[in-house]
Amino acid sequence: MPRRVEGERASASASRDGSRGLRIRGITVRFDGLIALADVSLDVEPGEVVGVIGPNGAGKTTLFNVICGFVRPQAGEVEWRGRSMRRARPYELAGLGISRTLQGIGLFSGLTAAENVMVGADGSRRAGLGSAMLGLPRADREESRLRTLALEALGDLGVVEVADALPSALPYALQKRVALARALVARPQLLLLDEPAGGLGADDMSELGERIRGLAGEVTVLLVEHHMDLVMSVCDRVLVLDFGRSIASGRPADVQADPAVLEAYLGVESDPRPPEAGDAHG
Amino acid sequence: MTARATTPAPAGGARELAGRAASRGRRLLDQTLLRNLALAALAALGLYLLSYWLGRFDNLQLATIAYYFVAIAGLTVLTGLNGQISLGHGALMAIGAYATIKVGESAELPLAALLAIATIATALVGVVIGAGAARLRGPYLAGATLALAVGLPALANRFPDFLGGENGLSTAPPVPPSSLGVGFALERWQAWIACAAALITFVVLANLVRSRYGRAFRAVRDDEVAAALAGLNVARVQVLAFVVSAACAGLAGGLLVVVTSLAAPGAFTLELSIALLTAAVLGGLGSLAGAVWGAAIVVLLPTWAEDIGRELSLSTSVEANLPLLVYGVVLIGVMLAAPRGIQGALSWAGGLIGRRVRGHTEPRSRGASAPGEEIT
Repeated sequence: MPRRVEGERASASASRDGSRGLRIRGITVRFDGLIALADVSLDVEPGEVVGVIGPNGAGKTTLFNVICGFVRPQAGEVEWRGRSMRRARPYELAGLGISRTLQGIGLFSGLTAAENVMVGADGSRRAGLGSAMLGLPRADREESRLRTLALEALGDLGVVEVADALPSALPYALQKRVALARALVARPQLLLLDEPAGGLGADDMSELGERIRGLAGEVTVLLVEHHMDLVMSVCDRVLVLDFGRSIASGRPADVQADPAVLEAYLGVESDPRPPEAGDAHG
Repeated sequence: MTARATTPAPAGGARELAGRAASRGRRLLDQTLLRNLALAALAALGLYLLSYWLGRFDNLQLATIAYYFVAIAGLTVLTGLNGQISLGHGALMAIGAYATIKVGESAELPLAALLAIATIATALVGVVIGAGAARLRGPYLAGATLALAVGLPALANRFPDFLGGENGLSTAPPVPPSSLGVGFALERWQAWIACAAALITFVVLANLVRSRYGRAFRAVRDDEVAAALAGLNVARVQVLAFVVSAACAGLAGGLLVVVTSLAAPGAFTLELSIALLTAAVLGGLGSLAGAVWGAAIVVLLPTWAEDIGRELSLSTSVEANLPLLVYGVVLIGVMLAAPRGIQGALSWAGGLIGRRVRGHTEPRSRGASAPGEEIT
């Protein structure tokens, strides 16, 4: 099992340099001969906010799916806090302190907003089937504890008044907030946000930006987003993907000025400003 | 489903005391177990009185409704709350029925123990089937469970010495305890047993549905990816739902033996499986109260239709087909008038009346995408 040895060595060296963040090394994913990700690497330090940008089909969501274990890479390794994620199953992520929001909404349509968040607060726990079947007071107490947590999380995002509404009865922006509350209620250390600003108006987007900035330092955030304003204002660093390849990474301003990025992402061939070559290339 | 302690407040100094008692009562009813037990006790009282009022045949009908309820309630949890369709619950009932008789033949056990064994045995089979079912979706799951419904009862013909072949296995009917007096109607005793089991099933399922497990069932039904990301082991939740549902079907099969004293392949046809699912849909998928309506309809409707046919003195060929016709008409009618089933229609009407009475309108969130009437 040479792979396992490799993994152990990697995690050993990771813990030696005291790494507690997210390490993505040489991820390659092929779908039926189509390259979705080619040798993509990214390090995210604890408390950092890192954006992943790129045109549609660049592999951003695939990268998230690799981290979450929905997609197994043909090559490469993902490590979270020094632990290889090779064998992690999607449902184990919550227990590892990882939360993710989905593109679009991803709320449970038959559950109220509060119940949606309660699932997020509760998910990783297992015990208690007996007391649930017997309806013991213990189960009731646990339920009211979860509901309190859920209402707090909804309150933090300013949507506590819709706690008992079904998602379909809420405007899109509020549904997005409920989805974010469900991700945050588990108090994750790593938050993966997949297009959190999709479909939001300017006000909601700037509030979202502030909220993400507010998480920085405590929560490691990886953000896939199309809205450049948001990415540029909240991210410490940005990784640019194009056709599955990492074409640039660095500080937002540097990346924005990178000619390769302008060409690939914005479809602009020449920049009016003189190109600032150098460390922006990843 | 909500039992409310709405006693009109008496006048004078007793008012405060009564108010405090009422709020204390409400707080007690906030507890899942107490509320469901109170509901079950109320139902038990009603059923007790009913069993004395009904004749022999009608008590047998009551017992039949009760075991249908047990099976349908389990199925409505599986299909309505967890989104797994099963056309094979009739076969699971067969397992419970045969287990009840085979174990009863080989060991001298009280009936309650036999029924418990039948329930557990079917639940264990449910683990195996559920593990397979968790890998299948929609039409594939329907197909696989359909195969179960067709194939499993046929095993009786494959092992005629052990399972009795086409004639099945028979057993003695339960004997009413002598403490109830000589001449206590057997049918009433059968109705009591079946209703008691149905009430226990109701309490356990009602507790479960309201718990985090019920929420997990529904979350997995609505979005498997989001459920996994929230930390739910989707396959495990699906297997659990299947096992709970199978246990109910097994108990229902055992109760069928209590009522009919027989377990034979002819009792567990594909039609039974489909009738169970139909009843769950008619009553309102995912609703335990709906399972009561569904059970009552599938048991009573054919009898009523037969009675009508006799009274109208139709020709025999028409009369023979009348139950099927009435069944079809009711099915189409209910589905057109109430797509969420009878319970869905009832709670919609209840909500409508409730809003009228309270006279308050729901605050609509600004900019809402006009959700229309929300039925919950």
